[in-house]
Amino acid sequence: MRQAPFEALHAREWQEFDAFLEDKKNPPFDPAQMPERYRRLCHELALAQDRRYSPDLVDRLNRLALRGHHLLYQNRRRESGRAVEFLLGGFPRLVRAEWRVVAVAALLFFGPLGVLVAVLQAYPEFVHYLLSPDQLAQFHSMYDPANRRLGMREADTSLAMFGFYIWNNVRIGFQTFAGGLAFGVGSIWFLGANGVIIGAVAGYLTQVGYTQTFWSFVAGHSSPELLAIVVSGAAGLRLGMALIAPGGLSRKSALVAAAKPAVRLMYGAALMFMFAAFVEAFWSPMTEVPFDVKIGVGLGGWALALAYFLLAGRGRAAR
Amino acid sequence: MLDTTRRVATPEGIELTLRLAGPVPRALAWAIDLALRAAILFAVSLVAGALGKAGMGVILLTAFFVEWLLPAWFEALWNGQTPGKRAMGIAVLNDDGTPVRWPGALTRNLLRAVDFLPVFYGVGLAAMLASRDFKRLGDLAAGTVVVYIDNNKQSVERKIPEAAAVVPPVALDLDEQRALLDLAERSQSLTQERFEELAELPRPLVGNLDGERAAARLLGMANHIAGRQ
Repeated sequence: MRQAPFEALHAREWQEFDAFLEDKKNPPFDPAQMPERYRRLCHELALAQDRRYSPDLVDRLNRLALRGHHLLYQNRRRESGRAVEFLLGGFPRLVRAEWRVVAVAALLFFGPLGVLVAVLQAYPEFVHYLLSPDQLAQFHSMYDPANRRLGMREADTSLAMFGFYIWNNVRIGFQTFAGGLAFGVGSIWFLGANGVIIGAVAGYLTQVGYTQTFWSFVAGHSSPELLAIVVSGAAGLRLGMALIAPGGLSRKSALVAAAKPAVRLMYGAALMFMFAAFVEAFWSPMTEVPFDVKIGVGLGGWALALAYFLLAGRGRAAR
Repeated sequence: MLDTTRRVATPEGIELTLRLAGPVPRALAWAIDLALRAAILFAVSLVAGALGKAGMGVILLTAFFVEWLLPAWFEALWNGQTPGKRAMGIAVLNDDGTPVRWPGALTRNLLRAVDFLPVFYGVGLAAMLASRDFKRLGDLAAGTVVVYIDNNKQSVERKIPEAAAVVPPVALDLDEQRALLDLAERSQSLTQERFEELAELPRPLVGNLDGERAAARLLGMANHIAGRQ
């Protein structure tokens, strides 16, 4: 068949299909017919290509088929129920499944942190290798026991600090994740650097005797925030490992495969960061609450977090 | 012939052609989005400025959302298009040509943090030029491509001009037929002189006719091949 009769034969069908895609409110045919009509269009496109009909016709049919393809293959899964399921079970299960990268990330982060806190008790002057005098003065003023509010300057409000924590901390988490694309180097760097800074500040302030103010400030939000950094780093390492050791896949396919669990880890990490920012802005600065209570809440948070990651979602794991 | 296309096999057993968008339209789309983001931040800061110190928190929260989540939100829920992409007529699709969803949109937007390095998307540009499908690193990891998508009809309909059908003096194979159809469709976007110059070239078809008559002859043959009487 030549092109002109072919076009004449199918013109009405293509026009209706176009009208259907254009305006789904008033479809020219029953939507249930859409898949069948789409398959017929695909058949006609294949014929037009094979018979070398004019490029314009092939382009037009290709465009029409592409739009039909988009409509037919968009997935409309319900996302709301899955979000709750993810929080209650999917996320801790995923963290357990990826325990190797999580363990490495935890070591890279908590290792320098713990070592520095210990070292600075014995050799306080070592802090000058890590923090500038300006920074030290700033931390001094933030955690001065004479303050009415902890961890911030006198004039700042909680809402301002909440905005700052979200903007700053979540960004650090995202960078820690994205750095994994550089064969994991970026993630390792951000994990280590944050561990060093936090360890230096904690060790220094403990050593100069701001124990009460500093530890009562950080106790509450420490568990979600520090673990969120570890999870972000683990997600980044997952990308890096896919590039370093792709196994039986090409590096590109390994990266695409690794990105799926990695970005799911980031959903969880981002939520943890936001929760931590909320606690840090509205609970942690309060001086009205006794020291023991704040430390107790902090330890409770750690126990809860560990229980969550070790136990949550096991009941349905067998599904 | 062109290598800026990507062919996608669908379950129906056909291949759809995606036209990939290169660095320039994507940079322009990004610039439009950047201007929009700046406008949103500016508007919010005008209002939030009245709140004093607490307003700073609102501004920072807005900055975070427009920088990290807004592009992904648009791409996941608005046919793979941010406002800038819509203005440029491009969209994000999955590698298999299906619309992008939340995981893909978030992956490629979070990984912008790497593509942006060291300045002005240097890494992203290098990755785009090195990859066959103009993918920046975020696209590589998310398994997405950025393609032209012209939902609005092509402004100029390319039609073969009507002419009395002429039977070609020699048998043409399919590729030759297609080349002739292509030339006839493009005839209106060429200048008349250029079209006549081209029409003189296929000697076996037009013999020694001069430009004007050779052009008319070729159009007649194109009409014959297309099956018009």
